[in-house]
Amino acid sequence: MPYQEDFLLRAYRSMRTIREFEERCIKEFMGGNIPGFVHASNGQEAIAVAACIDLSDSDIIGSTHRGHGHCIAKGCDVGGMMKEVMGRSTGLCKGKGGSMHIADIDKGMLGANAIVGGGPPLVNGAALAAKTLGTKNVALSFNGDGSANQGTTMEAMNMAVVLQLPHIFIYENNGYAEGTAANYGLGCDSLTDRNAGFGMPAEYVDGNDFFATYDAIKVATQRARDGGGPTSIEAKCVRFDGHFIGDPQLYRGEDEVKNARKTEDCLKIFRARVIKEGWLKAATMNAIDKEIVAEIEKAVADGLAAPRPDPSTDLLSDVYSSY
Amino acid sequence: MTTNSNDAKIGGKTSIKAYREALNDAIREEMRRDPTVIVLGEEVSGGAGCDGQDDAYGGVFGVTKGLMPEFGRERVIDTPISEAAIIGAAAGAANNGLRPIAELMFFDFIGVSFDQIFNQAAKFRYMFGGKSKTPMVIRGTVGAGWRAGAQHSSILHSVVTHIPGLKVVMPSNAYDAKGLMVQAIRDEDPVIFLEHKVMYNNECEVPDEQYAIPFGEAAFPRQGKDVTIVAISNMVTHAIAAADILAKEGITCDVIDPRTVSPLDDEAILESVEVTGRLVVVDEGNPRCGLASDIAGIVAEKGFFSLRAPIRTVTAPHTPVPFAPELEDAYVPNVDKVLAAVRDVLGA
Repeated sequence: MPYQEDFLLRAYRSMRTIREFEERCIKEFMGGNIPGFVHASNGQEAIAVAACIDLSDSDIIGSTHRGHGHCIAKGCDVGGMMKEVMGRSTGLCKGKGGSMHIADIDKGMLGANAIVGGGPPLVNGAALAAKTLGTKNVALSFNGDGSANQGTTMEAMNMAVVLQLPHIFIYENNGYAEGTAANYGLGCDSLTDRNAGFGMPAEYVDGNDFFATYDAIKVATQRARDGGGPTSIEAKCVRFDGHFIGDPQLYRGEDEVKNARKTEDCLKIFRARVIKEGWLKAATMNAIDKEIVAEIEKAVADGLAAPRPDPSTDLLSDVYSSY
Repeated sequence: MTTNSNDAKIGGKTSIKAYREALNDAIREEMRRDPTVIVLGEEVSGGAGCDGQDDAYGGVFGVTKGLMPEFGRERVIDTPISEAAIIGAAAGAANNGLRPIAELMFFDFIGVSFDQIFNQAAKFRYMFGGKSKTPMVIRGTVGAGWRAGAQHSSILHSVVTHIPGLKVVMPSNAYDAKGLMVQAIRDEDPVIFLEHKVMYNNECEVPDEQYAIPFGEAAFPRQGKDVTIVAISNMVTHAIAAADILAKEGITCDVIDPRTVSPLDDEAILESVEVTGRLVVVDEGNPRCGLASDIAGIVAEKGFFSLRAPIRTVTAPHTPVPFAPELEDAYVPNVDKVLAAVRDVLGA
């Protein structure tokens, strides 16, 4: 078997955790337990996990506003994440960041980002540090089809090539830049072709296929570790929820999401493949599902019971390293 | 000078309108009147290239809803997510015969486009010896209160007010929103038009006809003789509430809403302080180099001998906007903080 059983179990567990986390976030947001703007990534789990499963805590990722999945794939604690999106003082960012700024520097998670295109230049910086310090670490930026059109993203791509930085630019193309069609915002036919024009290897993969995505990113990551510079990976995927939770999604076609859940669900595709190949048993995965439901249930209960920040001590702290 | 922001001076029929609707009416009527007015930005219509409904958003807060169906995608332009290119296109088009209204979905995104604003649009006229005109409006939603976190909640008016060549408008109610938007569109200079995101549903009586409120003319939502309270944007709501509470105690406040912070009606503020001798400035911005310290500085310099007590400012603290509701609520100035400041300057 081309993949170790342990690897497959970790991949499945991580993807399923993201799915459950996001679906609970939607429920808890609608129930009033999560404030603010939340952008769920259910449907896009395979890319996050394929990209992060082989990374160490010293490899860096930069995320987007749709960042929960990247956090979980990079090993962030789901309890700390749930507390953060609920705005509790024991959350990953002490409740100061929230869903759009969730980060865990110790895990090499440089942060979700509420500015489209805010991440790629920063991830170049992480890659520059790795190159300069000779750590052999790599840096990955997650980008959407929307952020591909930001100047910051294009500048970062060009500079990554010029400086031969160990930076893998991952484009999650879910077909929508918020509520606008991806192919409306892109002036050419293919983002991958455009990215190749920057002078880096550029691959297009089916992001619903964990294995195809993993294989492509693995090659890119190894190349970056070996000093071969950046790569672009565009992964086609489906966003099951709105741009933000509560988005009425009037711009989507009738039954579009319903159909996608049937035929383009990366978790279902993963399960079908590993069962067909005889790599994992359905019962094993079902048992994992149950564990994860309990784990997220606990995260929600712990989150709701967690202390809220105290303005008298927490509002003015953390602006500077020293005062 | 006007007397009261909410007293319609304009004749004819009025209707109860929300801040959002008043802005929409202003833009729609100007687009009907002047074919050179265009709207561009991210999802100002929404659904471009998609299989579902057109005009799916009308801007993320619905301010430009319905404009695309009436004026078409040639004049209501959904752009890629490219803020620098959006603002640059608006500035370039403004120099070449159009009157663009460019939207920054959240004004925090000014960071991505800032060069096109402060180095380009703001400086054209001066650098080119007064020979160019840049009649553009940059609309953006500002302010805290939505639990939207540090990168979607900034107010940043002081940053743009610092820049010569820009006009900065911050309506505090639907009546002013309409009249100031009309003026902004007709104005010959780049105008930064900041809409507070907690105010979109706030309603008041708004004349049906189109009217322009001149820039640099303050409004006086409450008049009094004991303390001058200057407040801007959503802080006017708190200033009025505080004034009404104090009025019951026999303390009368002169509440001044400058409506535009560049140009600033400093005359109105100085005249008021001449009577009251006491000044409280309420501003949601951060305190350093901010609007509150700017107004305090003007009064300290030009109205020093009118003052009977030290000036007090009520602002956000020197921190980014926090996410957690308890922290965000503590961050934004509120009625209690305004009351405390007023009592402080009264020595009460």
